[in-house]
Amino acid sequence: MKQRWLAAPYLIWMIIFIVVPMFLVLFYSVAEQTGEGWRLTGDHFRRFVDPIYINVLIRSIVLALVSTLICLLLGYPMAAILASREYSRKKIMYMLIVLPMWMNFLLRTYAWMTLLERNGVINSFLSLLRLPALDILYTNQAVILGMVYNFLPFMILPIYSVLSKIDESVIEAAQDLGGNNVTVFRRVVFPLSLPGVVSGITMVFMPAVTTFVISRLLGGGQFMLIGNLIEQQFLSSWDWGFGSALSVIMMLLILASMGIMSKYEQDGGGGALW
Amino acid sequence: MRFLKKTYVFLIFAFLYAPILVLIVFSFNESKSRANWEGFTLKWYMELFQDRQIMSALYYTFLIAVLSSVIATLIGVAAAIGIYKMRKLPQNLVLNLNYIPILNPDIVTGISLMVLFIFMKMSLGFATMLLAHITFNIPYVILSILPKLKQMNKHMYEAALDLGATPMEAFWKVIIPEIMPGIITGFLLAFTLSLDDFVISFFTTGSGVSNLSIVIFGMARRGISPKINALSTLMFLSVLLLLIIVNLRISKDNPERRAKVERSKENGRYLSDIGHNI
Repeated sequence: MKQRWLAAPYLIWMIIFIVVPMFLVLFYSVAEQTGEGWRLTGDHFRRFVDPIYINVLIRSIVLALVSTLICLLLGYPMAAILASREYSRKKIMYMLIVLPMWMNFLLRTYAWMTLLERNGVINSFLSLLRLPALDILYTNQAVILGMVYNFLPFMILPIYSVLSKIDESVIEAAQDLGGNNVTVFRRVVFPLSLPGVVSGITMVFMPAVTTFVISRLLGGGQFMLIGNLIEQQFLSSWDWGFGSALSVIMMLLILASMGIMSKYEQDGGGGALW
Repeated sequence: MRFLKKTYVFLIFAFLYAPILVLIVFSFNESKSRANWEGFTLKWYMELFQDRQIMSALYYTFLIAVLSSVIATLIGVAAAIGIYKMRKLPQNLVLNLNYIPILNPDIVTGISLMVLFIFMKMSLGFATMLLAHITFNIPYVILSILPKLKQMNKHMYEAALDLGATPMEAFWKVIIPEIMPGIITGFLLAFTLSLDDFVISFFTTGSGVSNLSIVIFGMARRGISPKINALSTLMFLSVLLLLIIVNLRISKDNPERRAKVERSKENGRYLSDIGHNI
């Protein structure tokens, strides 16, 4: 079979545009240019061990975790309602959840600036009701709101697709055996939906922890995430060494969280969306 | 209980659609401000088509989406067939490498490509942005085609040869039609990913070549021109229209076709992938 050679163009492409760039980033993260050429150094990684940068990392993780948790709390009931038998028009509902993603995500995030501004839409509405104004634009809360808003569908859809595949008779069997609603949910439905929950958590946490756009638009300049730090190293301070080291740290963070999540994933079938 | 459920669903949808509604409403606002309503106008829709910057961004967005998805589909179809025929060990290696651009955060893909282009002394612009888009599109094309290859009856190709087809004929008349749904899914996925990309484009472009996302990002902190609102309203309405037409056509058609579409939708979960490159 010569058809194997059909992969050749992509293999070359892959080496040039996927493998080499990865090695370049790794190289810059441990190399330093001196008078006589390049030499190995751990300085870029050592520079990271500074309270300022460690705090940026912690803030990124905490904000992403909080957003993931809120997405789960908001998204699970939504997915369950949509998947439940009595709910008709499932297809339209599914489409309505996907539809916002067709609008440019920068624009949707920008729209929140309009909504949240001091004399924006929400505050005009609140003052109409004589309620105190809400002033959260350019704070952590606004960043979390932006993350939840942008990534909520990623939580709803995988949970919905797992829940709607659960065999009704399994639930009926549990009820027949005397389980009340809470027990049935805790012992049967929730464990069965775990693969969807796991892929939902992964799909929300990953983009949330690496974003630099949401924090740039909705967070103030002082609320920097690790994504912003990387962007800054490459586009304004031109410190490729430190930027590459940060990228390596971010890749490790992603690998670690995938490792943790795959431990909870049963038979690897959780990736309903992949 | 039922009322409670309905209210909950309504609130979630209100949350998802509030910003979109605001964008649409403000595209008809007389004033340039994003906070005050000063009367109805259609002038932003007129001015939109005279705006050089927006029109050029729109042009580059679509040009790159078309070129990168077509090229990625061509390379990806060939690669998927080649990978499918590989021995186990090299196959696993290639598949793992293929996952790198999908799993890597976009910002890391973006900066690593930027570092490569600068290292190769290429000036950042249209060509580099196109190369970057092709690079992040191919893996998705391959992953949409491989399952189709695995589902295919292995002996079909040989049967065609036994019946007198040349290898070329067998390839075009047997293999390609069999994997066509996967090719189409992959192409559409590549197209939409490219259309919507911001992060990777942001790092790999330069010299005045911007797509819509980059223009919007540049404007965001100063305040976005209502012309952009007008443009996105038009784009949103066209997608909505397209989805309604597709759905009406499916429900009108015979059940067999309907089942087929359902099946292809199963493979087409890609819709929810679109926002993933953030």
